[in-house]
Parts: sequence; C-alpha cells; structure tokens
Amino acid sequence: MDDLYREVIIDRSQNPIFKGKLDPCDITFEDENPLCGDVIRVDLRVDINNHITEAAFDGHGCAISQASADLLMESIIGKKIEEIKALTKQDVLDNLGIELGAVRLKCALLPLKALKAGVYGLSKSNDDLLEGE
Amino acid sequence: MTTFNPEVIRKDFPILQIETHPGKELVYLDSTATTQKPVSVLKSMDDYYRSSNANIHRGIYSIAEEATAKYEAAREKTARFVGAKKNREIIFTRNATESINLVAYSWGRTNLSPGDLVILTEMEHHANLVPWQMLAAEKEIRLEFIPVSDEGLLDLETYHELLKQEPKLVAFSHMSNVLGTITPAEEITRLAHNAGAVVLIDGAQSVPHLPVNMQDIGADFLAFSAHKMCGPTGVGVLFGKEEILDAMPPFQGGGDMIKKVHLRSFVPNDLPYKFEAGTPAIAEVIGLGAAIDYLNELGMEVIRRHEKEMINHALKKLADVPGLKVIGPQADQKGAVASFSLQGVHPHDVAQILDTEGIAVRAGHHCAMPLHERFHLDATTRASLYIYNTTEEVDKLVEGLLKVRKVFRV
Repeated sequence: MDDLYREVIIDRSQNPIFKGKLDPCDITFEDENPLCGDVIRVDLRVDINNHITEAAFDGHGCAISQASADLLMESIIGKKIEEIKALTKQDVLDNLGIELGAVRLKCALLPLKALKAGVYGLSKSNDDLLEGE
Repeated sequence: MTTFNPEVIRKDFPILQIETHPGKELVYLDSTATTQKPVSVLKSMDDYYRSSNANIHRGIYSIAEEATAKYEAAREKTARFVGAKKNREIIFTRNATESINLVAYSWGRTNLSPGDLVILTEMEHHANLVPWQMLAAEKEIRLEFIPVSDEGLLDLETYHELLKQEPKLVAFSHMSNVLGTITPAEEITRLAHNAGAVVLIDGAQSVPHLPVNMQDIGADFLAFSAHKMCGPTGVGVLFGKEEILDAMPPFQGGGDMIKKVHLRSFVPNDLPYKFEAGTPAIAEVIGLGAAIDYLNELGMEVIRRHEKEMINHALKKLADVPGLKVIGPQADQKGAVASFSLQGVHPHDVAQILDTEGIAVRAGHHCAMPLHERFHLDATTRASLYIYNTTEEVDKLVEGLLKVRKVFRV
C-alpha cells in the first residue's frame, strides 16, 4: 500500500503542471465529492476540428484526486472529443499506476467524471460516465 | 474492579487481536464512529439466537417469555444507566439519529407552530441538524444557533440573548464528535427550562464516555446509540420524561404500538410500546444490555478518568508533530477525541498512510459540515480513544504521523 504514494503522485499533487483556469474556455465543468469535500473544475479549449488544444483543472482535495486530475489533463491534450468520450476508469488507473480501494477510487475518478460530464454537456455528472461511451 | 488496565480490557475484544496488515496489530482509534464489541456482548446475542429466539410481548410459550424477559431486562438496565425514573421512559429505536427524528416528528409537529424558535448549536452532528431543518421547511419554525468559539466552546453569552426570544426547544450535543467539547448540559438545560423551553440532548458521544444521569441534568429528552458504547449496531435509545412522552402522538404505526385496531381507527399502546412499532432488534437490545453490564463493571467514573489521562497524553504528544493543529478545547474540557489538520497533507492521505501502519483513524467532515465551515476546514483527521486504547497506541499514531510527513516531504 505504500506504493500508493508513488513519486509521481506526490510530485504531481504538490507541483501540478495543469492547475489553473482557462478564461475564456469552450467547455467547463465543476464537480465535487461531498463525502470528502474534494472539488475539481475542468476547463477545456477545443479547436474547429474538435481537438483539445488546452486543458486545465482547479480545485482542492487529496493527493490522489489532484495527481489524477493533473495526469488526466496531460493525457487529453491533442485528443479528439470522441476519444475523451471513450475514456474509462481504467485509463485513470493506468495514468496513476496504482490500485485503489472503493473509497479512494472515488477520489481518483472525480476528475474523469467532471471531464466527461463537461464534454457531454451534462448539467450533472453520474457514475455511468466512468465507463466508455 | 480495583484497577483500570486497558491491557486487560483489550483481551475482551477479539478484533483487537487481529493484524490488518502483516505484522501490524490493529490500532483502533475510531471509537467515536463506532466502538469495538467485547465477547460478553457478542455472546449475549449468540445465546439469544441459540436458546431463546422468539418474538417478544405476545408469545405464551417459554422461549417467547424468556425473550421478552431479556428484552425488558435490557430496558431496565438502560433506564438505570442514564438515571431514568421509570423503565417506560426508555424507547428503543434504530440509532440516536432515529431517536432525534422521533422527537422532531412526534413532539415537534405537535408542539411547534410557524415562527416558533428552536435553538441548536454550531457544533451539532448532522443528526441533530437535519431533522430540525426538515421540520423548519414543513412548519416554518425558526432555527438559531449557539456559536462555537475559536477554542471550540459554546458561546453562552449569545445563548443568554437567544433565550430572550422564548424558544420552544433547545437541542444540543453533550459532547462534540469532532471537537470533543463537553458542553455544560446542566446549565444549558436549567436556563432553557427557565425560559420555558423543552430540552433535547444528543448524548451519542457522552453516554458511552461519561457518567450521564438525567435526574442531575434535568433534560426532557436524551438520544444515544448502542454501537458507540460497546453494543451492537441497529439499536438506539430515546429517553423521554414520562409526562411528555405520554402527551406525544405515535411515531410509526404498526404492530406492538397499538392497544386496539379497527378497520378505520386504532388506539395507541401505553409507553414505551407506543413508540416501538413492529418487531424490534431483539438480539441487539439484549446486546445493549450486556454492553451496559460491561461498562458498569468498569465504572463510568473510572472510564472517564482513563480517557482524561489518554487525551492529556495524546494532546501533549500531538503538539510535538510539526505542522499539526488540533481543533477544540484544552484536555480538561473535552472527551478523548482529537481532530486535527496536518499542514500540506489532505486528511484522506493522512488516514491512508496511517492505515499502512495498522492505525485506523477517520478522515472527512465527520457528519459535521457546518462545524468544519466554522473552522474554515474542508476536512480533518480524527483520532478517538476508548477504554481499550493505550498510551503506546497514541505513540504509534504520532510515529505514523511523522511517517506521513516524510512521505509528503513536509
């Protein structure tokens, strides 16, 4: 379990590269995990060919949620909206390179939920978003 | 019991012998959420199922009479434990939350009208907030709150001012599940009664840890849960003064709470059965009785003394951890609860790393979001202690926290 706090997770949570706001942006969505108070907002800029050109996240939470958000933003730049829609929870876990219990999984997946709810233009996120399209 | 020795007590709790990670014995520091259960409690429920399982109050065969006798004996033990005058002042519910909801539903809907004031405090558990919020939405009653000071104490000056508005009810926690603050229940009750208000105490945290006597405190209602005092989950208690309970309409309808039923009407049963609709958690009530026997054997005064020593030790040791800040009052004004923030590390991460050392603490808002807002915190890590905890375990916690700092390089 000590492996949970791999170097990359500590580093990305303490020195995130993609943390901030994009103003203006094309897509934005904020989500929270009321159980632990974590909040993540995702801002995206999209070009006319539906490619993500810029991505940023903001908010607060535990190291897992913050590192997960930072790695997720990095992984989607240059991707097509259709590819974002196909992302699943396994992609998030692959980014992090760890296995998680049910409670911490919610922390790790909050950024993906926010991202996909934004891309789908939903008013509210849901757990179905963690599967593929 | 001559001397109080947690090392001896630990032997009564099977779960404290297990390792949650190889080589790491369980260090259980989450008794505020739920306590562990001694063998005598487990055995009492097992015995019931093995040798006297039957529904209560109606059967006229021997095991049904035995089951009824055991169930009602637990009521008597509970009544004595909190100083009720009569057994029928003790209502068994599902948990402390349901006890408070019972009062809000039955007493509140009958006795409160639009504009009436209910005084709560800023340190309440959601269980003593949300039922009143729901009632406020339905009956247009007003809610006011006794503020909590930076030290984690109730601001009684503001309380005095609020009392001038002639509240109908004052409902407050006897011990905060986050700050550990022990509130001056007698004083708050006396002042409320002088102002003409009825008083409800949320005793979920105090009854397991302190001597609580309703004749001394004088409050009208007391709510608490079995599972936080060595008993099983699924049983709560509502103490209510007989004359008040008598005047209240039933809460839930069904079997056992009736005297007579016709197709279009019913006559409610007498106390306490009027408020116990349907088959109750019989085994668990019997388990609560065994838990009370266990606590009585140790002695509540002695338990309180042990916990005072433990929180003293814990607060001293925690003060040595750089970047750690405990919220709540000094040791002499609180129970054995320490909620804290650790600079640069989210409480979830603190709890996760402590778990790798076998240490069980809680991270989050502990069902007290408004209190966390009051202290400008999203969440805290909480370590809480009980009869089976030792100073060595507190020292393990501190070592674990130093490891957390190392992992996070803070």
